[in-house]
Amino acid sequence: MNYDPMTPIWLQVATQIKQQIVTGVLPPGAKLPGGRDLAVQYGINPNTAARIYQEMEREGVCETKRGLGTFVTEDTAVVCRLREEMACQAVKRFLADTKSLGLKKDEILALIQKEEDLNDNK
Amino acid sequence: MITSKNLTKKFGTKVAVDSVSLTLEPGHIYAMLGPNGSGKTTWMKMAAALMKPTSGEILFNGNPVGVESRKQIAYMSTEPYFYSWMSIKDVGRYYQDFFMDFSPEKYESLLRKMELEPSMKTRALSSGMMAKLKIAVTMARNARIYLLDEPFNGIDLLARDEIRACILQEAAADNILVLSSHLVEEMEAISDQAIFIKNGKLVEVRDLEEMRTEEQISMADRYRAIYGHAEVE
Repeated sequence: MNYDPMTPIWLQVATQIKQQIVTGVLPPGAKLPGGRDLAVQYGINPNTAARIYQEMEREGVCETKRGLGTFVTEDTAVVCRLREEMACQAVKRFLADTKSLGLKKDEILALIQKEEDLNDNK
Repeated sequence: MITSKNLTKKFGTKVAVDSVSLTLEPGHIYAMLGPNGSGKTTWMKMAAALMKPTSGEILFNGNPVGVESRKQIAYMSTEPYFYSWMSIKDVGRYYQDFFMDFSPEKYESLLRKMELEPSMKTRALSSGMMAKLKIAVTMARNARIYLLDEPFNGIDLLARDEIRACILQEAAADNILVLSSHLVEEMEAISDQAIFIKNGKLVEVRDLEEMRTEEQISMADRYRAIYGHAEVE
């Protein structure tokens, strides 16, 4: 994986894992790799790997069961909320990009419609 | 824990390491950075007790390094150091004779992971295979400190991936890893602390995630700021 070296690495990997959670690649209750495996898998420092689980636990997205490992939360409401949050952030980024090009709301909506139609006809 | 106190090494009139004071703690992977000739290798050789300081001292858990510390400090030098008639298996036996903490089982498992055939002669190895062998035999020791001089230099992407995985696999809360390199980008994600050395002097030791969070800068950015406008290799 390529990282943006100017942004905290733990944040970049946590975002990837959360994407896998909201898309169901990692379903509720799924076991996550141990800290060391996470570090090796993503090529990151083990302290960074530990930080990822700490932060995700603090947000209620995953939980560590003593002696068993770390698991995705079984609370689907939390996953739904996470999905909304991430979608909201994606839309904000998209709007910031298109508005920086000087596009107005109706132009943006028309463009979305056009792209969607193109995709449907493929 | 390893403590360098006003550590200095002179070669004639040239000061290779100039009054370096720093403490390295277990549970971290340190990137030791600086252009060629900045004193990284000399510092490591003194920490490995293979070279005596001109002045100052270097302590391992409070005692000066020497015969005793060598049992717990593994050092990998840049230059290959195996006899050409040796097979990969012989290299393991050779290490086992020298180091009590060498684990033949761990060595075998590392060779398998790195896809190195034990019967191969070292003279037949490509530079990438030699780099992997050096890492495997060094990390097969159950040392408290691993000093790896330029583990990523001159090798292809795939060998680098394997070496990175091996290093991360062995990093633990009770050991210290020091990796020297001028391949800064390679070190960004795997190390958590950076030691910047310039002309033999310690510039600073920084926590990388803290630097990214508080200043939005990378290790490469900091490297450029410290060593001038030259492009990072």
